[in-house]
Amino acid sequence: MKFLPLLWASLWRKKTRTIFTLLSIVAAFLLFGMLQGVNAAFERTADLANVNRLVVVSKISFTESLPYSQMQQIAAVDGVDAVSFNSWFGAYFQDPKNFIFSFPVDPRRHFDMYPEFKLPEDQLQAFERNRGGAVVGAALATKYGWKIGDRIPLHSTIWTRKDNGSSDWNFEIVGIYTVPTDVGQENQFFFQHENFDEARAFGRGRVGWYIVRIKDANQAAQVGAAIDALFANSTDETKAQSEKEFQMSFLKQLGDINYIVTRILIAVFVALLFATGSTMMQSVRERIPELAVLKTLGFSDARVLTLVLGESVLLCVLSACLGLGIAALLFPALKDVLGLVRLPGEVVAGGLIAAVLLALITGLPPALRARSLNIVDALAGR
Amino acid sequence: MFKQTIAVTSMNLRALPQRLGISLVIVIGIAVTVAVLVSVGAMATGFQKTLSNTGRDDRVIVLRGGSEAELSSTISRDNTLTILDAPGVKRDADGKPIGSADMVAIVSLPLKASGSGANVTLRGVGPKMPVLRPEIRIVEGRMFTPALRELIVGRGAVKQFSGLDLGSKVSFRDADWTVVGIFESNGDAHESELMTDIETALSAYRRNLFQSVTVMLESPEAFNAYKDRLTTDPTLGVDVKREPDYYAKQSQGLKKLLDLLSFGVGGIMALGAIFGTLNTMYTAVSSRGVEIATLRAIGFGALPVVVSVFVEALALALIGGALGAIGAWIFFNGNTVNTLGANFTQVVFNLTVSPALLVNGIVWACVIGVIGGLFPAVRAARLPIATALRAG
Repeated sequence: MKFLPLLWASLWRKKTRTIFTLLSIVAAFLLFGMLQGVNAAFERTADLANVNRLVVVSKISFTESLPYSQMQQIAAVDGVDAVSFNSWFGAYFQDPKNFIFSFPVDPRRHFDMYPEFKLPEDQLQAFERNRGGAVVGAALATKYGWKIGDRIPLHSTIWTRKDNGSSDWNFEIVGIYTVPTDVGQENQFFFQHENFDEARAFGRGRVGWYIVRIKDANQAAQVGAAIDALFANSTDETKAQSEKEFQMSFLKQLGDINYIVTRILIAVFVALLFATGSTMMQSVRERIPELAVLKTLGFSDARVLTLVLGESVLLCVLSACLGLGIAALLFPALKDVLGLVRLPGEVVAGGLIAAVLLALITGLPPALRARSLNIVDALAGR
Repeated sequence: MFKQTIAVTSMNLRALPQRLGISLVIVIGIAVTVAVLVSVGAMATGFQKTLSNTGRDDRVIVLRGGSEAELSSTISRDNTLTILDAPGVKRDADGKPIGSADMVAIVSLPLKASGSGANVTLRGVGPKMPVLRPEIRIVEGRMFTPALRELIVGRGAVKQFSGLDLGSKVSFRDADWTVVGIFESNGDAHESELMTDIETALSAYRRNLFQSVTVMLESPEAFNAYKDRLTTDPTLGVDVKREPDYYAKQSQGLKKLLDLLSFGVGGIMALGAIFGTLNTMYTAVSSRGVEIATLRAIGFGALPVVVSVFVEALALALIGGALGAIGAWIFFNGNTVNTLGANFTQVVFNLTVSPALLVNGIVWACVIGVIGGLFPAVRAARLPIATALRAG
């Protein structure tokens, strides 16, 4: 540690060069932070999935509906603790840009299935009683300034009403839920399935998918297989998946995000290796007489090697901290897109490890050269 | 003056190989930036090309009002008849309207690349489909036979999904469907689909609702009259769009995302490359300090020196830009990829490195070279001659 001032001084020996090298490393790590952050946001959705829950969708695809009658049969399967269901309502509020994640549900079953969704008991009771009632997430309510008692019209892109053929549905907000463990989930809109089922023009008696809570998470595969076997060879064959598999299958359809991110970062770091490597090389070349003086003063070969490597590590880690810091500051701006509020810690840690590796790889050749310097030759400038 | 400039510049460029190592920093930095920009651009271009290839000006797609995509639209049988029979629709030799009321469903099939399931569009089409869509050509096998569970499959879908080769069986809706034909349609969005006879599809799915109606008009100009007629019919409640407009709108979302990606990522990378270039050029100027001072001392002006540094930076940037653009073209042009389209199903498309993208990449390289060369060039010109000479 006592050599830190020496490292610092030699780093700033040529100010312009150090600043530009520093800035190009900062740019690379800014990119690292943002891209890995996006990547982590996608992976995390799946990590938060509950291991006790299965999602049962139609085997043909999850957009095909399933008959309501299957619920009782699923509930009777060994190992099943509770069943709830959900359907895709596909609606927007006032303008197609304001897409609302809205689902018709059974109030009691739904909030029992998702204990992480916190809704005061009196509001849940109001939700059960009020046929046109709806419960919305706190974040969604804040976004549009909705309060309990407000009447909200939603326009469904799928469902029409039987009575007048229109796609406009009205709801009264009777409750606001929170999800303390994941604020990103507070953007949903739930309303009564029973009322919806009676009012819709087509598709009656069917639901989108079932959510099944199992008694023992280790039994997930067996229970899933038992449910699928129940409906095998019927008109409505099912596919039971763990919640995580279900969410991953969504993300995978979008494309391999991880693959693209990795490719871009590899390219960036290859370019960075050259830039930083050439800076370190030059810096050592110019300082050969100085390094020789250090050796004359009694610095061992190993210590000179460490000094040069230390300089490289200092430069890279300093720049990485700056770059990741900027990424962490910018990241909250993507909150709406990614549902992540902060840059995940593992991304920062990964970035710092990458910085040290970069420093060692680029610093090693000049450090080895500094170690093997012959004092007499170096002082003579040969 | 002009002669001086040429002399200094050519001398400078001839000396480039001596500074090979450090010059590589510029070349590689810019090559990587341009390669990323061009390949992200190739995704956007490819997707857009696939969707904009789909559709003709004289074809119209009718969806239920307010539905953005076919999947969320429903049209009753009565309404499909009204839509097909409306005046303005071109009629075939047998006097029947050229149009097809389609049913769209989603089938989940395993992707060849990852083995994981992804959604494919299954489209039930009417008997006039071959007349309506002459671009659909069966290249292997034959057309499906109505009332039999037979499918024809697009070339793109065959490439990306396993189990769709000619003669193979796909099972859904408690039956095996046989792939009897493979079709091409100029690489448009329909090439990612499976098609079968509409009544066979409806009965298999026990539905009596259609998702969309596509008709061919007598002429592209007949559109407004046709649209007015349908939208003012109180029994219908539909949206009428020209096919190209409908498909262009679908590519907007992904294009926005990719533009954001290419400007965000490309912008940061370009910034990094600018710093790298500045660094290299400052080093180049300082290592040539004595040489430049000597030139100035024997009467060369400041401008030729500025130009020579500038040209060096630009030349290196151009080499880098060209390498990056060509690399992206060799590695990515024509690669087949797929992503989620508007119907929640996979759209298969080819990465397309268009000439415009290549030019765009080279322009970015030049901008980086110009900014990265400017300040060092000015410093070179300002170098005090006496001090610089002594430094040697």
